[in-house]
Amino acid sequence: MLEVRDLTVRYGDLTIVDRVSFQAEQGQWLMLAGPNGAGKSTIVNAIGQGVRYGGSVRFRGRDVAKLKAVERARRYGVLSQAHPVGYAFTVEELVRLGRYCHAPRLLQERSREDRRMVEQALVLTGLTELRSHSLLTLSGGELQRAFLAQLFAQDPPLLILDEPTNHLDLMYQRQIFDLLRQWLLEGERAVISVVHDLSLAKAYGSRALLLDKGRLIAAGPVQDTLSREQLRRVYGLDVYGWMRNMLEQWEE
Amino acid sequence: MNRETLGPIGYLTLAAGTVAAALLSLCLGSVNVPLAEIWAALFRDGDYRAIIVNVRLPRTLVAGLMGAALSLAGGAMQGLLRNPLADGSTLGVSAGAGLGAVLAIALGLTVAGVSAVTPLAMLFAFLSLLLILALSFRLDYSLSTNTIILMGVIFSMFAGSLISLVVTFAGERVRTIVFWTMGSLAGSGYGQALLLAGTLALCGAILLSRARELNAFAIGEDNARNLGVEVRRVKLTVLIGVSALIGVAVSVGGSIGFVGLVIPHMVRMVAGPNHRRLLPACLFGGAAFLMLTDLLSRTLLSPRELPIGVITSLIGSVIFVYIFFRNRRVR
Repeated sequence: MLEVRDLTVRYGDLTIVDRVSFQAEQGQWLMLAGPNGAGKSTIVNAIGQGVRYGGSVRFRGRDVAKLKAVERARRYGVLSQAHPVGYAFTVEELVRLGRYCHAPRLLQERSREDRRMVEQALVLTGLTELRSHSLLTLSGGELQRAFLAQLFAQDPPLLILDEPTNHLDLMYQRQIFDLLRQWLLEGERAVISVVHDLSLAKAYGSRALLLDKGRLIAAGPVQDTLSREQLRRVYGLDVYGWMRNMLEQWEE
Repeated sequence: MNRETLGPIGYLTLAAGTVAAALLSLCLGSVNVPLAEIWAALFRDGDYRAIIVNVRLPRTLVAGLMGAALSLAGGAMQGLLRNPLADGSTLGVSAGAGLGAVLAIALGLTVAGVSAVTPLAMLFAFLSLLLILALSFRLDYSLSTNTIILMGVIFSMFAGSLISLVVTFAGERVRTIVFWTMGSLAGSGYGQALLLAGTLALCGAILLSRARELNAFAIGEDNARNLGVEVRRVKLTVLIGVSALIGVAVSVGGSIGFVGLVIPHMVRMVAGPNHRRLLPACLFGGAAFLMLTDLLSRTLLSPRELPIGVITSLIGSVIFVYIFFRNRRVR
């Protein structure tokens, strides 16, 4: 579905992402893992055409850099890591903007399909009751869900998410990940997500990329990629031992 | 109250307010004309025909159109740059236009026997926009908002210092220049009203048709890109529309501050931040505000006339501080 080849991002002399290649196939949930500064978010930004990059990104064979913005948004949606909000838009207004790529012209808005998708997105993310609240009054988690709802309303076959459960309570973390897993099964779809929580990556991902300092260290099925040896090498810590240790806190 | 709605009643109220402001502005002045006489003066041949048709109507039109233009430009800029402190002058175009006008006054330039203030101000506004955009592009291909704001501020200072330089050598024309830089609608004619109306119709249509894109920008440029907005193209379109509005407005009435900053702010408190409602409401709000301030400027110390820029800035800054305090207390 998405094929990334030799992706390179440089800021001046600094190489943030160094010749990274990977692909995401239909039905897959690809996890991007790695310590801070590994280049995960930059890869997401590059695919979303937010930074200049070398190499190529192709969606079903087409170079996405040559697509119109609207065409790109119909193929894949990107959830950024931070959501700075300046004005008091309502949750519903935010979610409705997700339909922009399906009807970019001014008077085309709000077909029945648009309305249905907006409603559905609000229900899926549990925001129906907050629909007329101002974004400025939402908590961090509610805001995160509102932007996710916008993405669901946009309804592309590929979702690229930079830390989708950032700021979320455990309950919503689980809910959102279950939701995405369900969404993935309902058609020719794929998810690429950046995750910090390696347990979540293992539990939900089908494949994973392990990155370090802009380079791709390993790629493949999650269990192989996030192996004890590789993680120790990249994080400089016996992640397996640490995680088990943490788990012991919960034994009664 | 649902923050999303500004229904038909809201628009009717705004329109009624604007018409009321226009009527007030026609009636009051050095000579007070009874409301009943206005109709006669306009369409038949009342006692007040000369003063209404030759002086007050063109001036009222210019004030209204200019207020609408400045306020629309400010509203669009605040959305585009996601910055509630932006307005048309943030871009630096109004300073550029001011420089052109001041040069024309100081050198006593004329075009075909008429003062060259308006054409030169428009030319300079356009050149400033080209310069600012060209420099911003070279600095930063993606035209990020920070770059634009910075270039605008720097260019404004640059143009400001050039204006001061011209003023130093202007001799006896200093008074005219100073008066002009404070803004004045005295001596407005139908030609200027027509020029403003044409620009407003064209640029207003362009800006209003980008309302949804502006909503996306107001939430965040990254979000706009992810939603499928052609970020760079929309930004360029809006910047050009805004600078045309500002350039023409400044060339007609001088630099009138605070309208583009305060009116969109106040309108947003009533209409909400959605640009589909905000921008049309800004047109009315700006028009009514500037017609009323112009009325104050010529009646407050009558027969002396105050520069309108002084009044807008005085009222504007007080309102602004009030808004800040109010918001601080709510949060």
